[in-house]
Amino acid sequence: MEKNKYNYLVNKYTPKENRLTNGVISFLIGGSMGVVGELLRRLWSNILDIPLKDTGTYMIITLIFIGCLFTALGFFDNIVNFAKAGLIVPITGFAHSMQSAALEYRNEGLVTGLGANIFKLSGTVILYGVVSAYVFGLIRLLLFGG
Amino acid sequence: MIYLNAFIFAGLVCLIGQIILDNTKLTPGHVTTMFVVIGAFLDIFSIYDKIVKWAGGGALVPITSFGHLLIHGALVKAKKYGFVGLMMGMFDLTSSGIIAAIIISFFLSLIFKPKS
Repeated sequence: MEKNKYNYLVNKYTPKENRLTNGVISFLIGGSMGVVGELLRRLWSNILDIPLKDTGTYMIITLIFIGCLFTALGFFDNIVNFAKAGLIVPITGFAHSMQSAALEYRNEGLVTGLGANIFKLSGTVILYGVVSAYVFGLIRLLLFGG
Repeated sequence: MIYLNAFIFAGLVCLIGQIILDNTKLTPGHVTTMFVVIGAFLDIFSIYDKIVKWAGGGALVPITSFGHLLIHGALVKAKKYGFVGLMMGMFDLTSSGIIAAIIISFFLSLIFKPKS
């Protein structure tokens, strides 16, 4: 009985997050990030006078720089609290995970802290990205010949 | 028109991520990892290439493009060198992003102090 009552009380006072609002917000913010990405591509294409196809790299570096800078300045977390997955899923989330690990472990020394832990959060993306790309690439190579 | 496509695709990917975050106990790390694997998977049948053509920058911004670029670079080299080429070309297209993230976060972490 006590346990049921406890669970009931916990459920009652746990702040309820509105899933619908979260979804709408992350759709809008994520979509805006996509539009920003496309705009940046065109911008770099105009500035550097290179074909649109090759500007993806410049756009990604720009977004990574913005994500890292905002994290280092300390207000990226506040924006993520509002924007949720809208900023975690785009490449800014990758930059954020690397930058926040770097900042957090910086105090423990340059080698044992920063060097050993910079990939602590973002390493999973690289590891599983590489492993899956290798396996799927192998499948494609065997099925379609590249 | 491509801006609308970019908005729809990037928005949908983020929406799916948010739905997973809200309804399961998975962390953002799980979600981004899952999306990278999905991005690589979609390239077995060149599906992601078509999405990039359709949505432009909107398809390059979500983390799914990371998996797409990994397998894409690997396959380009694999055409020339076979199975070893998969390893040679893996980072060809993504190295700029990874290296930019490493260098920028290294120097920024030297400059800034974490806010506690």
